[in-house]
Amino acid sequence: MIAIENLTKRYGESTVVDGVSMVVEPHTITAIVGTSGSGKSTLLRMINRLVEPTAGRVLIDGRDTTAEPAHLLRRRIGYAIQGLGLFPHRTVAENIATVPRLLGWEPARVQARVAELLGVFQLDPAVFGGKFPHELSGGQQQRVGVARALAAEPELLLMDEPFGALDPIIRAKAQDDLLDIQRRFGTTIMIVTHDMDEAFRLASRVGVMSQGRLLQYDRPEVLLTKPADPFVSRLTGTADRALKLLSLTNVGELVEPGAAEGPTVPESASLRDALAQLVWSGAAAAAVVRDDGSAAGRITLAAILAHGRHAT
Amino acid sequence: MRYFDRLGTLLTCVGLAALVLLPLVVLKTNRILPGEPRSLLDVLPLWAGLGFYAVLALAAVTAVKAANARLRLAVALGAIAIVVVAVAAAASELTPLDNRVVRVSPGGAFWVLVIALGLLATDALTRLQPGPLVRVACLGAFLALVLGALASGYFDDLSIMREYAVNATRFAREARQHVLLAIGSLLAAVVVALPLGILSHRQARLRAAVLGTLNLVQTIPSIALFGILMVPLGALATALPAAARLGVSGIGFAPAVIALFLYSLLPIVANTVVGLSRVSPAAVDAAHGMGLTGWQALRQVELPLALPTILTGIRIVLVQNIGLATIAALIGGGGFGAFVFQGIGQTAIDLVLLGAIPTVALAFSASVVLDALVDLTRGASR
Repeated sequence: MIAIENLTKRYGESTVVDGVSMVVEPHTITAIVGTSGSGKSTLLRMINRLVEPTAGRVLIDGRDTTAEPAHLLRRRIGYAIQGLGLFPHRTVAENIATVPRLLGWEPARVQARVAELLGVFQLDPAVFGGKFPHELSGGQQQRVGVARALAAEPELLLMDEPFGALDPIIRAKAQDDLLDIQRRFGTTIMIVTHDMDEAFRLASRVGVMSQGRLLQYDRPEVLLTKPADPFVSRLTGTADRALKLLSLTNVGELVEPGAAEGPTVPESASLRDALAQLVWSGAAAAAVVRDDGSAAGRITLAAILAHGRHAT
Repeated sequence: MRYFDRLGTLLTCVGLAALVLLPLVVLKTNRILPGEPRSLLDVLPLWAGLGFYAVLALAAVTAVKAANARLRLAVALGAIAIVVVAVAAAASELTPLDNRVVRVSPGGAFWVLVIALGLLATDALTRLQPGPLVRVACLGAFLALVLGALASGYFDDLSIMREYAVNATRFAREARQHVLLAIGSLLAAVVVALPLGILSHRQARLRAAVLGTLNLVQTIPSIALFGILMVPLGALATALPAAARLGVSGIGFAPAVIALFLYSLLPIVANTVVGLSRVSPAAVDAAHGMGLTGWQALRQVELPLALPTILTGIRIVLVQNIGLATIAALIGGGGFGAFVFQGIGQTAIDLVLLGAIPTVALAFSASVVLDALVDLTRGASR
């Protein structure tokens, strides 16, 4: 668990981060969203002490982060940034091995970990291990950047706009990969982004920052249904908030017994995708199937519409 | 379209003009008198003289019409060898047996031809785009060939070699001194300038002060700097006999090496600052964010990525120092400059050349080797 208590950063007269307090649940993805200059990157960089706070403190599992030298703290925390900062003079394998080597791992263990991570990110170690970063595509470089951040099995991973430079298709793939990685390793991830859709897609909790202050920090559906501040509703957007809300819930939660004539949707699809299928086909209900292909029941158009109705 | 080489044409015209206007060999009755020009056709057997001009004609045709870089290189190198051998043969023919006074020198046309053909060869080599290691190997082979040819004794009747024969032991001593001046001051400068450059990169205010001061030092003429150093060093040697015993004095090696050291600082500091500022900020941020200490980030990320630029500064300094070290002889610092200034004093041009040619060769070799080093490090840090 990460407890951020009254964290403040001032540069001279200007306050960049203003008394932010929040608790990050372990083994989840938490997103901090804000416009540029909102202080979200500074907040993130105070957690691994790349920026030293003016006031306040950060506790990781109850331990103050200032209790050990900053560089030792950082070796336990993964860090991935926009532009990645891959070392251009080192191979992919050497880049990924950076922190394990700093921690003094046995060479055989380092090598095994590098091969494992390259495998996880669908990069053949025999092909990519010896390449230099400039020989990779943007998407491949991004995967190596995240693999490097995860190399020493950190319990916490900090990401600052890690997908900022990717085109939309590769970006969606990278987001799916990150969700897989989080499930696989159970890492606690804190990601900073200016893209609310990205935050909703990845995070179980989202914090909205503006002018150094944390305006609201809650589950995505609460941000949509009960925005605490006009800025939050402006950032989430009000025109399509019903559809956004539907995209946050899985079909499995509204499934009811019975069969349906209409199209077939998987249990793991979002309500938004199921609604799209029903509108497209003109049917009133769709059959729901589990991941293994067995029938789970049906979902009705009426149930989806009822779930999305919040206006009073 | 038929091939027509502009550089080759220009070099051919220059060579032709030199052959018409300047002598190839000059015969002097002693080492300081102006000589009289001799024609190769008069001195050498007819077949050799005509052969010589035939080779030059072939080189001219190749320079203007041939597109193949390998052919151009081979012909240029072959022609240089023929020119050198022909002039040496003429020297042997012209020198009476057991006469130590008569001197046969290569004339103006010889030097112009060697330089023009050398440019032709360099141009051909550049077109072949050899890798850094190949370039160093070529340099090594060339130097070995030249030294081997000189050691063979075939060129002993040429005036420069006569000067060398007289000064052989001193030549070795001055050569060592020259290298010591150039490389010693360079090493001392690297030790000081590298940390200074790193600090200047981080502190904007220090950077302005350091670069400003070093720029000022660079503008002081070298002879003036020797003069400026003479006073405090002389005083130091008088005040501290221990320093004097270590070789510190107003003239000689100490002020020379200090002056070269001062001139060396600016290029290394400036290139270190530029090299470090060009390192991707994301890479440095990531290095710190992953837990490298400041020192580790500097040594493992910043310096390796800045190395090609820093080495370029070191290359500038080494070539500059090898040239500047000749002036050290003015204040008794030794080096090849000793021959140059002695030669000027005696109006013995051959003695001047005995100092000047090795200096040029040394600077050229240093430049080739360090260029190759820069390329090698650049390849590893794209």
